[in-house]
Amino acid sequence: MRDLQNEHHMKALGLQVAAAGYDRQGVADHANNLATKIRNNLTNSMKALGVDILTGVGSILGPHKVQYGKLDSPGNIVTAKDIIIATGSVPFVPKGIEVDGKTVITSDHALKLESVPDWIAIVGSGYIGLEFSDVYTALGSEVTFIEALDQLMPGFDPEIGKLAQRVLINPRKIDYHTGVFATKITPAKNGKPVTIELIDAKTKEPKDILEVDAALIATGRAPFTDGLGLDSVHVERKRGFVPVDERMRVLDFKGDPVPHLYCIGDANGKMMLAHAASAQGISVVEQLTGRDHVLNHLSIPAACFTHPEISMVGLTEPQAREKAEKEGFEVSVAKTSFKANTKALAENEGEGLAKLIYRPDNGEILGVHIFGLHAADLIHEASNAIALGTRIQDIKLAVHAHPTLSEVIDELFKSAKVKAHASGPIVNEPVAV
Amino acid sequence: MASSPFLSQIPINNKTISFSSSLSPAFPFPPSTLSRRKRNPNALRVQAKIREIFMPALSSTMTEGKIVSWIKSEGDVLSKGESVVVVESDKADMDVETFYDGILAAIVVPEGETAPVGAPIGLLAETEEEIAEAKAKAASKAGGSSSPATPISPPATSTPVPAAISQPPPAPAAPEGPRKTTATPFAKKLAKQHKVDINKVVGTGPYGRITPADVEAAAGIAVSKPSVSPASPAAAAAPVKPVASSSAPPPLPGSNVVPFTSMQAAVSKNMVESLSVPTFRVGYPLTSDALDALYEKVKPKGVTMTALLAKAAAMALVQHPVVNASCKDGKSFTYNSNINIAVAVAINGGLITPVLQDADKLDLYLLSKKWKELVEKARAKQLQPQDYNSGTFTLSNLGMFGVDRFDAILPPGQGAIMAVGASKPTAVADKDGFFSVKSKMLVNVTADHRIIYGADLAAFLQTFARIIENPESLTL
Repeated sequence: MRDLQNEHHMKALGLQVAAAGYDRQGVADHANNLATKIRNNLTNSMKALGVDILTGVGSILGPHKVQYGKLDSPGNIVTAKDIIIATGSVPFVPKGIEVDGKTVITSDHALKLESVPDWIAIVGSGYIGLEFSDVYTALGSEVTFIEALDQLMPGFDPEIGKLAQRVLINPRKIDYHTGVFATKITPAKNGKPVTIELIDAKTKEPKDILEVDAALIATGRAPFTDGLGLDSVHVERKRGFVPVDERMRVLDFKGDPVPHLYCIGDANGKMMLAHAASAQGISVVEQLTGRDHVLNHLSIPAACFTHPEISMVGLTEPQAREKAEKEGFEVSVAKTSFKANTKALAENEGEGLAKLIYRPDNGEILGVHIFGLHAADLIHEASNAIALGTRIQDIKLAVHAHPTLSEVIDELFKSAKVKAHASGPIVNEPVAV
Repeated sequence: MASSPFLSQIPINNKTISFSSSLSPAFPFPPSTLSRRKRNPNALRVQAKIREIFMPALSSTMTEGKIVSWIKSEGDVLSKGESVVVVESDKADMDVETFYDGILAAIVVPEGETAPVGAPIGLLAETEEEIAEAKAKAASKAGGSSSPATPISPPATSTPVPAAISQPPPAPAAPEGPRKTTATPFAKKLAKQHKVDINKVVGTGPYGRITPADVEAAAGIAVSKPSVSPASPAAAAAPVKPVASSSAPPPLPGSNVVPFTSMQAAVSKNMVESLSVPTFRVGYPLTSDALDALYEKVKPKGVTMTALLAKAAAMALVQHPVVNASCKDGKSFTYNSNINIAVAVAINGGLITPVLQDADKLDLYLLSKKWKELVEKARAKQLQPQDYNSGTFTLSNLGMFGVDRFDAILPPGQGAIMAVGASKPTAVADKDGFFSVKSKMLVNVTADHRIIYGADLAAFLQTFARIIENPESLTL
């Protein structure tokens, strides 16, 4: 929608598009149908693998024993050799905020897109808030961010955050309030708009009152772990999260792993991303089938699906420098711009930056951050390298197809200045073709 | 976002250019000079501590640049080598770095505005105290400079339309006292951009909030593009009907102002110029039966009516060279040695006059072929200046629309232009009183009376008529 509306962009490509419009219900239906389709696909895949699906609320009765059934009814008991908790998370709503599902919503409601408000306030400027601001502004709404910390997009590398702000926030109909908490949000009723009371985050003094058409609460997700029966195995939750060790084994209040009990995904809070949960699950299954496995979380990439996308793997620059100071090594940074990439220019999407944070002494990759077209796809070269422990000097001579966006990453590796040399030539037996 | 030059086969070089220079304008801008200056900063530190940041020349062909965005804002501390602003050149967007440490005291050219190469776009102060001085400078510069850098002027897409107030900002009684002025994010941005005091704007949005339209009305700008809105499933989104607005009086509500393309601007300029030339018009009725018959014969060979008329005109001009002349300085005849017939062609909402050079010397078929080439080039916008600037006489034909006669405006630099109408079967009486029906075509020539007099023109037309009515000579 944003592309079609961008007359300037279209004209530069030589295209003429008559006024583009959208049908909200159509957009909502597409999203919902997609979710349903994926859920069905997944269910069918599992059935095909021979998985039995027992529907109900489950709780642990003791080692190897799980009870499941409807809420408040006795239900059935099953036994199992190993138990994995993967109950996930729900949107977190801070106290004082009244959610009515229509004018004050969480991301769950927002995905249904029951209405497109003229002006929506988004509480929280992390990746969820950012993605929704991208969606709402494309559909014509105006957005106000409410962020408790002093910087927007606090989880991102600051340089990327600044560029993202320049591209994703400043030119769009978005403004923001930072360093404030929304203490009270009242849904719209009786002809009054949604009112949001803001207080200064540090001094707690009242700062402002906003009157908007809708509010989206995107302050994070809370683990969904109530009623799991963890007491029966002497496990104490920490702020709702289930404590686990690096092998995803659940730890009891003494800190010892409970045998045959694992917890993966958002419920353990280690890395609240879908593919991280998946990787943790795979790690557990490896262990269950006899192969020890410890997941390296630093090699798990993260992505923010705005337009252009943001992706990252490893440490941010401040984190890398902090580590460097503590452990006494040097940190270097290499950067490339998407403006130099042929494919990006052909698409007239030259706005973008890729950043590599590395150790110049041994070529170790500490972190890669990308902001630009298809950033979420491009990050995997870097995350693979980190997962395998590949050094820059070993990967920099690899060839990338032209013209593709992956050349941005290619340039990034090639422009890094590493003192170490490539570890011995990989012996290539000449292959008779 | 500085990026190091990297090994790439792609010729686009993303070297960032850093420079700002002290006030003495004597220094040329090429980076080599600047790097030389780097070694003697003190020698060049002129008295002023406020430095101007100039619009850089990012390519040899660049004459002006547009500010894409200011990376730093007023009040930011800059260190040498930091990117300050992104400038759009004719090739790509480039980050411009600052050459000096300091504080960005004032932005002279805001985002979205253009400035000529070399014009100051920002002011850099060395210390906090100088910021105020710099700001004062920026204001005076903005007022006095002729460059389009005034931040005050509304960056409307078209020439400022005073009549946006044709929809007067609704003058309601003050809304039921909201404790504070609530303005939408986009309204706030617009207010900042157009320097409107948001607190003074009356809000007409829901719950009394200030909408972008309110701010635009307060700034006196016509609401430009329609904002995104869901299209109703039944009706297709109809584009705004462009109603051509009349010249000086304020356009009517609902009219759409579309600025001239460069071609349209050129036509307008030429037409206005022609007002300074004294012209007169002479008409002539031609009998075109013979011409029509010839046309039918040669049409399959690719000959067009245009070519026939051009050839005929050229042949007539051979015998009347004064009609092929022009009056360049108001006091002399400039006789042209070539007879170049320019023919007016309407293409793509514009008007262009490709020229058939030496039309008298080429035979009909060659002329037709050349004409076809010229039209194709015109359509593809590939015409070279000599293809349209070298005319000595112009031909304009509106006959295909059924027009019987019209007056053409004399193009600057020429002596005469011939306007040709449609040939229509007309009842004529000959001198013996017998009626017959003949195809009559009216031609009307407008000529510059400083060099071409009535008798000259009439004689020319008589010759022209004779050629048209006995057209065998055309095929020679």
